[in-house]
Amino acid sequence: MTGVGFGAFVRRAHDAGHLVVQPRMGMSSPDRMRAGLLATRDAAATTVGTLTLDSYTRVGDLESAKLAVLEGVALNGYPIVSHETSTTLQVLDQIRGPGFPVQVRHGSAAPQDIFRALMAVGLDASEGGPVSYCLPYGRVPLRESVAHWAASCELLATLCAPGAAPHLETFGGCVLGQLCPPSLLVAVSVLEAMFFHRYGIRSISVSYAQQTDPLQDAEAVAALRSLCTRFLPDTEWHVVVYAYMGLYPVTEHGAYRLLGKAAELAVASGSERLIVKTVAESQRIPTVAENVAALEYAAAVAARTPRAPLDGPGTQTYAEASALVDAVLELDDDLGAALLAAFARGLLDVPYCLHPDNAGFSRSYIDADGRLRWSDIGKMPLHGIADVRPAEAITSADLLDSLSYVRRSFDRHDPEDAVALEGAHP
Amino acid sequence: MSPSPMTPTPGDQPVLVAGGISDSHTWNLVYLQLLLEEHGHRVVNLGPCVPEDLLIAEALAHRPALIVVSSVNGHGYHDGMRTVTRLREHPELADVPAVIGGKLGIAGPCGTEEVTALRDAGYTEVFDDSAEGVAAFRRMLDTLPQRALV
Repeated sequence: MTGVGFGAFVRRAHDAGHLVVQPRMGMSSPDRMRAGLLATRDAAATTVGTLTLDSYTRVGDLESAKLAVLEGVALNGYPIVSHETSTTLQVLDQIRGPGFPVQVRHGSAAPQDIFRALMAVGLDASEGGPVSYCLPYGRVPLRESVAHWAASCELLATLCAPGAAPHLETFGGCVLGQLCPPSLLVAVSVLEAMFFHRYGIRSISVSYAQQTDPLQDAEAVAALRSLCTRFLPDTEWHVVVYAYMGLYPVTEHGAYRLLGKAAELAVASGSERLIVKTVAESQRIPTVAENVAALEYAAAVAARTPRAPLDGPGTQTYAEASALVDAVLELDDDLGAALLAAFARGLLDVPYCLHPDNAGFSRSYIDADGRLRWSDIGKMPLHGIADVRPAEAITSADLLDSLSYVRRSFDRHDPEDAVALEGAHP
Repeated sequence: MSPSPMTPTPGDQPVLVAGGISDSHTWNLVYLQLLLEEHGHRVVNLGPCVPEDLLIAEALAHRPALIVVSSVNGHGYHDGMRTVTRLREHPELADVPAVIGGKLGIAGPCGTEEVTALRDAGYTEVFDDSAEGVAAFRRMLDTLPQRALV
């Protein structure tokens, strides 16, 4: 372990008993971006900074991003490739450093330009993955995404040196945002971490997004940790939990209650970092102030939550995730080729995903007890492992009902939580 | 998606569903497909991040009864303007009904001026993601002549 960089900062915070909290934050104006980073750094919480990029940069439409910069059109993120290097250096000046690492978040299936741009300003932390930033996310063929990500990891890995540890986070634990059974999220997160490792990255975080049932989520994070211990040797790794990524509660009390549960999940499961969501999530992109409020609220909940991780193996989630990972690894020594073969054969199959390279046979549902389960495993190697309950064909109303399950549950007034909230946030 | 309760008429013109040029979101598109199928339409779902050229090529190939552009990432207004402007440059596609809906601006719903601009650029209708927007969209589906009544 090198002791420097994004991963080491998170490790030190964890050892000191603090959960690192982080916003999603990106504005196209350099001044506003800088102000957002400063506010994140100065929040009453252990924070790392975020540069979330805009959607044009994400899909590689650099012409539109450049045009927006020239014309001063506001984008939904910071166009790091299109701003001058000197501009981004000014955004970061006197803010980023060993005590406040900054991660670039983007969503690209071909992130070489983005990695070059972040390396040019001395940054070395980003996120994504060959599967999770391809399949449910756009139109790039999986084969191309795998090649782009291999090249991008190798590019970032050139920064590895005494005193430098470039960091990548998997987005695999967040695939689809909602309604994906946790075992598949865990498997994709682990496989992407192994992919990063094969291409030279030694400081890695693995993501997992809060789903519909707290116990199932705790099992999933425990499974993730067990599989990382098994498959990520000589690596500095940590787990990052994402506050719910699906339809977010529309009420303030619901939004904070859900964020609080995410913070509890993160700490209790022994996770080291949390990506927060805000009260504005259901309506629009949050303001800096809303993000700071979310960071401080999550940190306050985290501070009063004890660590109580579950045993990893021995759960349904572990059994499924482990079977999926093993089946993929058996396909080919080259992990990129193995991932391609796995999707081509439907051994990995993301439910409801519209990408042509996804088999599209699997389906999931929310059970009466709130757990996410498979109604169809397609060709995934989960026979005799997953508890599959075939369901009637889903209607648009059913789908909307499932998609809004968490929103509905948390918007419902809960007097006990309302009292607990009053003292916790302004 | 799964079999719809109504069987579309063979040879029916499909409805094209497309995410905004730079929009990665999928659930809105899955929902729209199910809803359209329940209204008796065959759906060609182009998925997220649909560039103008792809939408135009698919529209020329399928001659759809309706084009539905859905966007929730905040770039809907700008992406949507680009898409419909290019679409309407094709004489064969000058009259195909095209609608856009979702969360269209980075600061929340579009204002009246932007909605007017989207209409002027060529959208038949513009829907926001409120309950009223969804209801209006459903009402419009009921008026489509190509609806398969079974």
